[in-house]
Amino acid sequence: MSVIELEAPADARARSRPRPSRTSGKAWQRWLSPVAVIVIWQVASSTGLLPPRLLAAPATLAATAADLVQSGVLPTAVGVSLQRVLLGFAAGAAAGILLALVAGLSRPGENAVDPLMQMLRALPFFGLIPLFILWFGIGETPKVLLVALAVSFPLYLNTFAGIRGVDGKLAEVAHTLKLGRAALIRHIVLPGALPQTLVGLRQSLGVAWLALIVAEQVNATAGLGYMINDAREFLRTDVIVVGLLVYSALGLLTDALVRLLERRALSWRRGFLG
Amino acid sequence: MAARLPGVKAVASVRDLTRAFGERVVLDALDLEIGSGEFIALLGRSGSGKSTLLRALAGLDREVSGELSVTDSVAVAFQEPRLVPWKRVLANITLGLDGPAERAHAALAEVGLTERAQAWPLTLSGGEAQRASLARALVREPDLLLLDEPFSALDALTRITIHQLVVELWTRHRPAVLLVTHDVDEALLLADRVLVLDEGRIAHDSPVTAPRPRHRDNPELITLRADLLTALGVAPEGRS
Repeated sequence: MSVIELEAPADARARSRPRPSRTSGKAWQRWLSPVAVIVIWQVASSTGLLPPRLLAAPATLAATAADLVQSGVLPTAVGVSLQRVLLGFAAGAAAGILLALVAGLSRPGENAVDPLMQMLRALPFFGLIPLFILWFGIGETPKVLLVALAVSFPLYLNTFAGIRGVDGKLAEVAHTLKLGRAALIRHIVLPGALPQTLVGLRQSLGVAWLALIVAEQVNATAGLGYMINDAREFLRTDVIVVGLLVYSALGLLTDALVRLLERRALSWRRGFLG
Repeated sequence: MAARLPGVKAVASVRDLTRAFGERVVLDALDLEIGSGEFIALLGRSGSGKSTLLRALAGLDREVSGELSVTDSVAVAFQEPRLVPWKRVLANITLGLDGPAERAHAALAEVGLTERAQAWPLTLSGGEAQRASLARALVREPDLLLLDEPFSALDALTRITIHQLVVELWTRHRPAVLLVTHDVDEALLLADRVLVLDEGRIAHDSPVTAPRPRHRDNPELITLRADLLTALGVAPEGRS
């Protein structure tokens, strides 16, 4: 009891401390911990704590990465993988947002779309790979479709929730300002749903890379996943790790893009003004 | 019911207006006429249906029964300013407006917010936001301006300033005003006619003829104040 009472003020102090501003060029702080991990890893490799047959040292990885870039293997692989993610993301985002609009903007639309989406959401979509291979073969289509499927659900759920979460009082204002339905949707509903949609965007980009990695393990003849699988055949842990790092770098990059987008699109929110 | 001046066009006319929430009848066969250019204050205890009546007049409540004829030219300022947070102040004023932007700038100038035109609503103070809300209502040049306790959340000093502003704007543009409030003094300082809503009907209706600017110690206002407090079921001070 007394412990709780003693801790409470400390907690209150912590909460009242001003939040670090995200707008004042401190984004580099987000890179501190990844760098620290790399340093520890290099030390472990150099001291022999981490044998190279399990995991190559960062310095080796850097050399391998340079080789892969110079030989053109890595750029080609990244290009192929990026294309898959972008295509799948575009298709999945379009479908997810469109369905959310249909469900969010009308009751019949909700009744038609939402039960189906909730059921499909429960499907383990990585489990669909065998079916996708049967339906679409082993080319690009099943890979892009898997990414699209994975992307569509977070965007659907968040956009739908965002639309339904728009303040009814603002809809009343729109009515008293004699805004028509189209203007109501354009000026009130869609901008009101945007913060939640952006949350969905970040989730869906994360899951897009995940879906791509899984899809590329299956019968890929090009791309990062292919490069990694190929390296496994030759016990090249350095190439495998370079591939994984490229995956995560691309993930971080897309996340940073969404953060940038958020900061611009949501500048009306007081929290972002600092 | 106070006689309406003959020849003055009514901007709103309500007969037999009834609204029930489940078993609870909030408005019970209420009759009311609002003449063009009239400044009416509507008083009532909390839960007496003041806001329900205002919402019916604003067309925000479709569950009312009875005859309701209101001019098309209605604007509303709510208790919370209800500015659209993702539109800058100027864009809030022009929302749903076809006319040129000059009118919006003029409306902002009238409420003294010219310098805040490009500010985000969440950065405004309470008084500024309420002034922006007034500008958004007035720029539509309404025949009927509905004010739903728009001053109740403001601090006392800001409230005095905004009271003066409202009377000024009303004198210049002459819309009919229906001000919903629970503040007897506010009603007496601002309105031409004070109504008390009780048990779903207009229980008290008296004109206020004292010239503006008014002071609380005006004898007419002191008498009226006592009457209104009695009508509201509160014993006036010193008479208990």
